[in-house]
Amino acid sequence: MSDQPVVKELEQVIVRFSGDSGDGMQLAGNIFSTVSATVGNDISTFPDYPADIRAPQGSLTGVSGFQIHVGAGKVFTPGDQCDVLVAMNAAALKTQYKFAKPTACIIIDTDCFRKSDLEKAEFKTDNPIEEMGIKQEVIAAPISQMVKDCLADSGMDNKAMLKCRNMFALGLVCWLFNRDLSIAENYLRTKFAKKPAVAEANIRVIHSGYDYGHNTHASVTNTYTIESKVKVPGRYMDISGNKATAYGLIAAAEKAGLKLFLGSYPITPATDILHELSKHKSLGVITVQCEDEISGCASAVGASFAGALAVTSTSGPGVCLKSEAMNLAVIQELPLVVIDVQRGGPSTGLPTKSEQTDLLQALFGRNGESPMPVVAAASPTDCFDAAYQACKIALEHMTPVVLLTDAFVANGSGAWKLPKLADYPAIQPPYAPEEMKDNYTPYRRNPETGVRYWAVPGREGFMHILGGLEKDGKTGAISTDPDNHDAMCRARAEKVAKIPVPDVPVYGCKDDAELLIVGFGGTFGHLYSAMEELNAAGRKVALAHFKYINPLPANTAEVLKKYPKVVVAEQNLGQLAGYLRMRVDGFVPYQFNQVKGQPFVVKELVDAFTHILNN
Amino acid sequence: MAYTQQDFKKGQPRWCPGCGDHSFLASLHKAMAEIGTAPYNTAVISGIGCSSRLPYYMNTYAMQTIHGRAAAISTGAKVANPALTIWQISGDGDGLAIGGNHFIHAIRRNVDINMILLNNRIYGLTKGQYSPTSPRGFVSKSSPYGTVEDPFRPAELCFGARGRFFARAVATDNPGTIEILKAAAAHKGASVCEILQNCVIFNDGTHESVYNKEGRAKNAIYLRHGQPMLFGADNEYGLVQEGFGLKVVKLGENGITEKDILVHDAHCQDNTLHLKLALMEGPDFPVALGVIRDVEAPTYESAVAEQIEEIKAVKKYHNFEELLLTNDTWEVK
Repeated sequence: MSDQPVVKELEQVIVRFSGDSGDGMQLAGNIFSTVSATVGNDISTFPDYPADIRAPQGSLTGVSGFQIHVGAGKVFTPGDQCDVLVAMNAAALKTQYKFAKPTACIIIDTDCFRKSDLEKAEFKTDNPIEEMGIKQEVIAAPISQMVKDCLADSGMDNKAMLKCRNMFALGLVCWLFNRDLSIAENYLRTKFAKKPAVAEANIRVIHSGYDYGHNTHASVTNTYTIESKVKVPGRYMDISGNKATAYGLIAAAEKAGLKLFLGSYPITPATDILHELSKHKSLGVITVQCEDEISGCASAVGASFAGALAVTSTSGPGVCLKSEAMNLAVIQELPLVVIDVQRGGPSTGLPTKSEQTDLLQALFGRNGESPMPVVAAASPTDCFDAAYQACKIALEHMTPVVLLTDAFVANGSGAWKLPKLADYPAIQPPYAPEEMKDNYTPYRRNPETGVRYWAVPGREGFMHILGGLEKDGKTGAISTDPDNHDAMCRARAEKVAKIPVPDVPVYGCKDDAELLIVGFGGTFGHLYSAMEELNAAGRKVALAHFKYINPLPANTAEVLKKYPKVVVAEQNLGQLAGYLRMRVDGFVPYQFNQVKGQPFVVKELVDAFTHILNN
Repeated sequence: MAYTQQDFKKGQPRWCPGCGDHSFLASLHKAMAEIGTAPYNTAVISGIGCSSRLPYYMNTYAMQTIHGRAAAISTGAKVANPALTIWQISGDGDGLAIGGNHFIHAIRRNVDINMILLNNRIYGLTKGQYSPTSPRGFVSKSSPYGTVEDPFRPAELCFGARGRFFARAVATDNPGTIEILKAAAAHKGASVCEILQNCVIFNDGTHESVYNKEGRAKNAIYLRHGQPMLFGADNEYGLVQEGFGLKVVKLGENGITEKDILVHDAHCQDNTLHLKLALMEGPDFPVALGVIRDVEAPTYESAVAEQIEEIKAVKKYHNFEELLLTNDTWEVK
């Protein structure tokens, strides 16, 4: 047709699907990100779902969202605000409109804007568009009715048909961005392999949404394409942070030649690690869903003693419960990886939301002198490397390690180039050499690394006792000798301090920045994007992003003191800033702190950093 | 290779003179020698408390851990390394108060660990507070006017958690203790051995009626699978069933002969009579000693291992790089 909308090429686009928590927005979002990634775009996703399993249908608290950032080049965050907002009901429009750019296109299902829907969404008038002062382009489509029409001859009941509404919206979005539907078809046929009728119904509805856009032009003036610009050749997959964490553990166990043992107790937002690992029995992975968080960690300590790569996964409240068993691993000097997928706190807090508020808990939240390495993952895909490195440190240095991720990186996803295990460093636990036979005591150390030697039960001539009581460094017997205790505290601290970690990387204007941004963990993408924006605007800004927090990289003090101004930006009230001030004499940074349970907003970061630069 | 009890001994125990733990430790050393598992294939794991010091006196692999968690730690060790024989040592506070949750779940899962519960009905290491097995009204440092709560009866907890093995011995009764320890080791699954143990300092005489041989002859009954339930100095008493309960009878009185006496069936799936036997107490009933219940069931760690083998045979990926290719992937050229 000659009057088709003009196809424009975009560098990037941000789409947000939103609807009732039962509307399948996460699935629609996942398919769109897979379709985009498959054609070579970079992607970053952020699911934003409510804490309730099923809040009352149509209510404001029951709205679930899924945001996808698709780029021709590299993208680092799911984006602040979206170019396309899909609102499947009135409540979604009400709560999600704030995420729409002034130039956004908004797609609504008019069938879910009836009087009762508007009342549940607490609209005062019968014209929500006007009431909210929406000026953007709105595609108002009777999606529910069209889905029912499309599936009229399918023999499905009304409820089953309406479950496919999400696919209509997805089809419409695919039309808007000229996406190839065959990839979505494959996705659905795989997902519903056991229910082919469901797969085919969903596929029909996607096409129907696509055709609706095509035939009516959906009252828009343009459709878009996003051509891939930066391509690193290789095979890719879309992976969430929790899945990448699980994969990192599997890879490390294989590399170390050890059984992988996970002791865990379900807790949001960490449970997907347990789900993922429990699937992979064909790799010999052992998962025990324990009676509580304490047992999750305690069973892992037992498994470690028995010679496995032992892991426990949880979130902040679970770390509180595990602390005593973590400390047992500290004094017994047994390898253990404790994964803390941080969520909003204190207490139960904001279970589905993301924060960086467990940093000091990870570093110091135990009795006694209790040094523990802490590693923080920077992005969903970085969870793989971070988990691998956490295992390597634990096994090679005979210590528990805390791996910090957060709800944002755990649930978010990115395009991930499949790694080759051969490219990863070897993992070599310090097994007691055979010449120690009949002469082994557990706390003799390698004089260079300070690491003790590991003798796994079942080995003749290496019997020993470990325990929570302080031991004599030479004999391994219980000791309350003051000098021995002092020496053992120092030995455990020095062992951790000696763990080699890479330098903290500095991005951007590393030579002449006026302002250094400092962050850690899951805020990397937002901080990097803010830095890029400031650099593009001609401001001299650099970013130092910490993945290794204990021990700190050797170049930490040098980097922190090199630039005229430093701002530590974190999703807590200043935990990294305080820790760095404790470790780097004379370091006095600016601080940017938010504890909202939401990812940073790049624009807010840019404004705040500009303000610091201008002062 | 044959082992002697010397092979399992280590160090000089530091319990109070007269503590029941000394006698139990000697029985454990002897039982282990008779069982014959190599010390290096044995792990003894405890929590916190007087009795949890025991691993320090074992020439095996050992861990004295944190309060209450020995059952959880033992579970992880056994699942990760099923070849190890694990003895878990706890007191009544460690096992039933702070560690109660792990105690019942290890039993429910039926992990093949030998769970020793040294029950002296008192907190000794913290110097004399009541424990979850102290009787109602018990006067202690933390209950100067007597407790106002009922105790746990370990067998009841064990059976409530579907326990398949429960045995009881008196700490000073070495042959009786060795007998149940060997039975616990032979049993595949979680084996609970309640050891009635005296605390000479804070709760002296708590098991007085059965603590010496003479007392046991009068006040205890040794249960053995397939044997009639007879007791008394000359086996002159026996147990019969009456209505929903048990009853003590005297042979020769009211025409009672040995064939009227209940024969012990430790292997009976139904635990009703096992529980009744385990809950017997004086003065009306003898205290039951020996293996009260011993029923086979799949063990947790073997089920875990079997499931792994089953899935290995079905799934087509067996290493990390094969795992990667089970995902939707795409090629960027």
